[in-house]
Amino acid sequence: MPIKKVMKANEAAAWAAKLAKPKVIAAFPITPSTLVPEKISEFVADGELDAEFIKVESEHSAISACVGASAAGVRTFTATASQGLALMHEILFIAAGMRLPIVIAVGNRSLSAPINIWNDWQDTISERDTGWLQFYAENNQEALDLILIAYKVAENEKVLLPAMVGFDAFILTHTVEPVEIPDQELVDEFLGEYEPKHAYLDPAKPITQGALGFPAHYMEARYTVWEANENAKDVIDEAFAEFEKKFGRKYQKIEEYRTEDAEIIFVTMGSLAGTVKEYVDSLREKGLKVGAAKITVYRPFPVEEVRELAKKAKVLALLEKNVTFSVGGALFQDFSRALINESEKPKIVDFILGLGGRDVTFKDLDEALAIAQKALNGEAVDEVNWIGLRKEIL
Amino acid sequence: MAETPFKAEIERVQKEYSEKMTPGAVVYLPGSSVVNKTGSWRVFMPEFNRDKCVRCYLCYIYCPEPAIYLDEENYPVFDYDYCKGCGICANECPTKAITMVRETK
Ligand code: SF4
Ligand code: SF4
Repeated sequence: MPIKKVMKANEAAAWAAKLAKPKVIAAFPITPSTLVPEKISEFVADGELDAEFIKVESEHSAISACVGASAAGVRTFTATASQGLALMHEILFIAAGMRLPIVIAVGNRSLSAPINIWNDWQDTISERDTGWLQFYAENNQEALDLILIAYKVAENEKVLLPAMVGFDAFILTHTVEPVEIPDQELVDEFLGEYEPKHAYLDPAKPITQGALGFPAHYMEARYTVWEANENAKDVIDEAFAEFEKKFGRKYQKIEEYRTEDAEIIFVTMGSLAGTVKEYVDSLREKGLKVGAAKITVYRPFPVEEVRELAKKAKVLALLEKNVTFSVGGALFQDFSRALINESEKPKIVDFILGLGGRDVTFKDLDEALAIAQKALNGEAVDEVNWIGLRKEIL
Repeated sequence: MAETPFKAEIERVQKEYSEKMTPGAVVYLPGSSVVNKTGSWRVFMPEFNRDKCVRCYLCYIYCPEPAIYLDEENYPVFDYDYCKGCGICANECPTKAITMVRETK
């Protein structure tokens, strides 16, 4: 029987790691994800998880140790956030290029300067071009589940890519919620033992990994990372379906909420999706045709699902906690790419909000709604709108 | 230097790699450096003066490639196919039996 415990997303991530039974965990503490390796080190010290726990001196070393361990042929795990993830940047490309199915739990946090430890998505969004798969959790249960799913997808032979699972700093990392811990036997069935096929350390069968790639080969190697990302789209659907069958919780790359006959659909990710669903409920009570959509899988970007979603609305209002300079938010760029050649497309209005842990309230969403409604009525609006910006102090 | 006995095998695998990309660009046959000669990168080359050599083998030990081997009389011999011209041997040699000279064609 699965058990239910009240826990923070950090603990949920540690539990997910324990259930996935990685052989090597290398981590460096960073706010807000410190508790993840802390909890895992307890599991290892108490003999509940049979793994090497490597204490390293930086995140660059943490991910490097994971690359080494994964290249040697075992399941690996690490956790980080913000500057820590940024410090891993160089090695993130290497992990993807070497096709090592490492999983990272990321407590989504803003980037300096100014130093800010609170939530937005700039850390993982900034790594969107490394080749890693990216999942975003709405709540603590999703943080646990998506880590298990991330392993399942990452280790699939058609994919073999590393994956990161993001959950919002403090809003989730430090907030307790009831979380169901699945049965170990079921998780074992779901994930199976990791059997390395292309990356291993075997003195009887020596291989070279991470070698020099001349111009004659580099482009093809990069293409295989692209192709693996494309393959991941179907593999993720299969993993979601199998997960639902085994554990009863349903996941979709884009989860829709009350989108039937919606004129305006708010699109967002992470914990903000919870707030937005509540907000949509309140608008529906007032008779407004408004829906919500949550991006659970951000890389590979669910282009097909976005096109389906776009058919249902007249205005897509993107709510994002990140900035892509000269563009707006990263979602704005991705949605534009997905829809640019569609003959019928809704208006896309971009909203940047909640940066650096600023609360996103119904009042902020009212501000976004007012702009989205103007767009709906054919009035000119800015493509990119900063919501809740304190213009008076600028 | 004698030809490696693996040369044919390495060339076969290299041909295969140029035709088929492996996941993660893994090279399943190590030792390809035997045919990938690295000496062409060199700007300076070590010039050896046998008369000054006391056969202490510091050069042999320190060469990072390792591109120094020993002849029948145990004097160092430099393998210019792999010597990258780093100059470490010349630096280490206590009798200045090695000097680095500019590579000329
Ligand atoms: S120059 Fe460098 S590579 Fe060449 S023989 Fe001397 S130590 Fe070796
Ligand atoms: S270091 Fe100098 S003296 Fe010693 S073996 Fe080499 S060349 Fe001869």
